[in-house]
Amino acid sequence: MIRVVLPHHLRNLARVGGEVQVEVAGPVTLGAVLDAIETRYPMLRGTIRDHDTLKRRPFVRFFACKDDLSLEPPEALLPDAVASGEEPFLVVGAMAGG
Amino acid sequence: MSKIRVLVGTKKGAFILTSDGKRKTWKVSGPHFAGWEIYHLKGSPADPNRIFASQTSGWFGQIIQRSDDGGKTWNTPGSSLEELKSPEGFPKGESNKFVYTGKAGTHKWYDGTQHPWEFKRVWHIEPSLTDPDTAYAGVEDAAIFKTTDGGKTWQELPGLRNAKGHLWQPGAGGMAVHTILLDPKNAKRIYVAISAGGCFRTDDGGKTWKPITRGLKSLYELPDPDAEVGHCVHRIALHPARPDVLFMQKHWDVLRTDNAGERWTEVSGNLPTDFGFPIDVHAHEPETIFVVPIKSDSEHYPPDGKLRVYRSKTGGNEWEPLTKGLPQKDCYVNVLRDAMAVDSLEPCGVYFGTTGGQVYASASGGDSWNPIVRDLPAVYSVEVQVLR
Repeated sequence: MIRVVLPHHLRNLARVGGEVQVEVAGPVTLGAVLDAIETRYPMLRGTIRDHDTLKRRPFVRFFACKDDLSLEPPEALLPDAVASGEEPFLVVGAMAGG
Repeated sequence: MSKIRVLVGTKKGAFILTSDGKRKTWKVSGPHFAGWEIYHLKGSPADPNRIFASQTSGWFGQIIQRSDDGGKTWNTPGSSLEELKSPEGFPKGESNKFVYTGKAGTHKWYDGTQHPWEFKRVWHIEPSLTDPDTAYAGVEDAAIFKTTDGGKTWQELPGLRNAKGHLWQPGAGGMAVHTILLDPKNAKRIYVAISAGGCFRTDDGGKTWKPITRGLKSLYELPDPDAEVGHCVHRIALHPARPDVLFMQKHWDVLRTDNAGERWTEVSGNLPTDFGFPIDVHAHEPETIFVVPIKSDSEHYPPDGKLRVYRSKTGGNEWEPLTKGLPQKDCYVNVLRDAMAVDSLEPCGVYFGTTGGQVYASASGGDSWNPIVRDLPAVYSVEVQVLR
């Protein structure tokens, strides 16, 4: 199981507290994890990445194992520690306020 | 006794204000969707406990929420956990999917070049007068969408953008369909308004649209007196008993039409400014209208620091200031275009919200006012429901 930490507003939207877990069959890529999140929590579709283009929304960032993965392509493999469930995959609302 | 429910969209959430028919004591529920911008909430006339809400964020985009119990609980249509077992199959989570029909095309940009249409948010939701599953959404960049499944999916009515959409240009506040009026006597007729786009009408249920701007004057922005698009229409309103008569608050001037927009006439009369955002019509007196004059263009607050609603009982031209209960010094709030509403009780109730977070109510057709709440986030929209 992949551990995922969602930002506050998306946890509220999905009606979950704390971490969530999703299952990924096959290689644990960035795109596969995002697919799994949106499949388990359909109300999050369009909030992390665009419905059609599947591009990351500009003020959403991805982190894991202290690395910024936001610019990685969908086919990028996530770190082994995420794939094994040792470390969470983080979806973060960027500091872009004012 | 009737109950009143006031739906308030703010910069940081939604609030629901309730009272009995006396409209003296109010309960405040909220914030709902705390921290999100709520551009608009509106209840279905066909099922008042069904309320649609537009929830939006610069981070996470557009969300459509729906309540079927008068605002106690909410769901994003078509993606609730219960629907994971739906016989319709796995939920698609498409209630926030607003995709322009076909090739999105381009509109005029600030530098005169063409710019691609890009969906940003829903400004206004107008539920059908007769079917609780049908509603229209006015969006930025300007277009109108329709749902017939209670908000699970939305489809554009692309004919609107065919009405010279390539010439529409955003103003400072963006380019959005911010007003949608449904004709209660003609199900095929809809009016919409777009800031810096203009005013448009369909007579075939949304397939084709035409500009209805003859008589509008925007001397500095549009030197062409016959310009069909580009007028900065801030709001239009009608009385349901007389849907061919429309009233308009434009960037400059207040106007009326008596023939469904074929010709507009200025009725600003003795108003203290030529600018404002909301306009609304008394529920029982089709010639009584309300506006909130704002000092234009650059300041956008009430003249002289006095918050005054102006009422005309003659359909325009002759206006009286309504000040009782409203701050008459040091007041520098604004009242946005979707932030005024009337109820259908006797006497007619009038409501408006300010960018300072106050929601004022009058249970006397505007003669006197009281604040229902004083310290909400900036108010974007106000709608009212009478529950019998």
